[in-house]
Amino acid sequence: MSYIPNTDEDRCRMLKRIGVEGIDDLFRPIPQNLRLKKPLNLPQALPEIDLMREIEGLAGKNRSDLTIFAGGGIYDHFIPAAIDTIISRPEFVTAYTPYQAEVSQGTLQVIYEFQSHICRLTGMDVANASMYDGATAAAEAVSLALAKTHRAKVIISETVSPFFREVIKTYLSGRRVEIVLIPHSKGITDLERLRHTIDQNTACVVMAQPNFFGLIEDVETASDIAHKDTGLFIEAIDPVAVALLKTPADCGADIAIGEGQPLGIPLSFGGPLLGFFAVKKDLVRQMPGRLVARTVDEVGNPGFVLTLQTREQHIRREKATSNICTNQALCATSAAVYLSLMGRKGFRQVALLSMEKAHRTAEKLFERSNLKPYFEGSFIREFVVRTPVPAATVIDRLIEHKSILPGIDLGRFYKGMENALLVALTEKRTDEEIEALNKSLREF
Amino acid sequence: MNIPAGLKYTKEHEWIKVEGTTALVGITDYAQGELGDIVFVELPKVGTAVKTMQPFGTIEAVKAVSDLNAPVSGKVIEINSALESDPTIINRDTYGEGWMIKIEMSDPAELETLLSSERYEKLLK
Repeated sequence: MSYIPNTDEDRCRMLKRIGVEGIDDLFRPIPQNLRLKKPLNLPQALPEIDLMREIEGLAGKNRSDLTIFAGGGIYDHFIPAAIDTIISRPEFVTAYTPYQAEVSQGTLQVIYEFQSHICRLTGMDVANASMYDGATAAAEAVSLALAKTHRAKVIISETVSPFFREVIKTYLSGRRVEIVLIPHSKGITDLERLRHTIDQNTACVVMAQPNFFGLIEDVETASDIAHKDTGLFIEAIDPVAVALLKTPADCGADIAIGEGQPLGIPLSFGGPLLGFFAVKKDLVRQMPGRLVARTVDEVGNPGFVLTLQTREQHIRREKATSNICTNQALCATSAAVYLSLMGRKGFRQVALLSMEKAHRTAEKLFERSNLKPYFEGSFIREFVVRTPVPAATVIDRLIEHKSILPGIDLGRFYKGMENALLVALTEKRTDEEIEALNKSLREF
Repeated sequence: MNIPAGLKYTKEHEWIKVEGTTALVGITDYAQGELGDIVFVELPKVGTAVKTMQPFGTIEAVKAVSDLNAPVSGKVIEINSALESDPTIINRDTYGEGWMIKIEMSDPAELETLLSSERYEKLLK
């Protein structure tokens, strides 16, 4: 089957009409020495039946049988079947925010509800229609701070997700911005160091709550320090853990961002994920992304529209703070449906169960064993285990022999932490699964 | 079209009113009319240095956004913070209550390069 919608004859006619001999003539402005003169290195075309076999073979390599204790921003929460049913409605199946309010009231309303949920979760005044993922949301938050303050220094705690930090670095490359990393002391951001690093050229301080090690940070003090020289405070949160903590708004954050995958979106390598982004009202003009608002029409009926579009690049051009003019509409819809289904009580219950199971697991693991807690701080649903052999070895062996993914090897991200295993719990993990992890880890 | 004599103008539709070594800056009646309902003005902080014909802020209408250009170089010594809560003042009284910034001029000779009311009126024709 050909995926090219026009025929040889069509193309011939089109070329003749614009007065060129062949397709190659269209590329004439590109100098010869820049052109690729050999065919692309691609395999031969396959018949559909063989293609299916090949793709199914690749899909078969997925280990969907694993019991997952890995987190680090992406968590294995239960996803009610209703979500898939609702988001599979053709009206919702899109990755985009609609421009034309007249024919898109349903989608706009869902996004508005998503924004409202995020405002409730974070305590902030305004949330946008979502971003690609938590990491790009973090980078956009930093860009906002740079644009708002006209300063050139960004301070990030080392306990912020290494993925977030990597994407921030990528976004800022070539922008003459200095990124300063604040080290951690026993798993917690060194606030004394932060106090001494901050200056009048600091655009923002980025912290995570809980941090990448699962530990609770003193974000209120950090936010006070950040504000001392009128910089902005950016708080990256785990949306589930935050159900049990003070909101970013209560802690003084100017921008709250995070990864929305735990809100009803499945685990999959490479995404899609869901970034959420919320600000205090005075930053709304610099906020990236789309924004849905509720309004009334001429005769007073309520309706939904895209609003404050002058922030965006199709109007503000090169002066826009961001080039993001889209959102993750389908994933945002999942999150909106998830939070509506769970409700205030149900959602809190998910967080409480995850925390209770994490603490029970830690207790079990550390009871008369050669496993030790890596850090002493308080945690919600994720903690670091000091393993007697490198964590990478533990992970490989448990996947291979026990069908358990026991956690994340922190040696991948932090020098000298090769024996640190980051273990996360969700409400989904059963007593049997926890016991299986406990037994398997004790074999080292 | 209101183009008061006694003020100086830029080709980008800003006006400037000189008072000794300082000057008030705003946008012209023509500019506010073209923009329509103004919804937001972003002004610099007091103390910011501005340069002749370089942007000092932005102004937003419902579906358009424009740079605000400094007619002369100098330092911003006052901003009209009333515009923050009600930017439509500019639509109602652009040459009066709708002023935006007050500049301490560093090179008053730059005023010579600006347009008189007559020349600005010609520009609009």
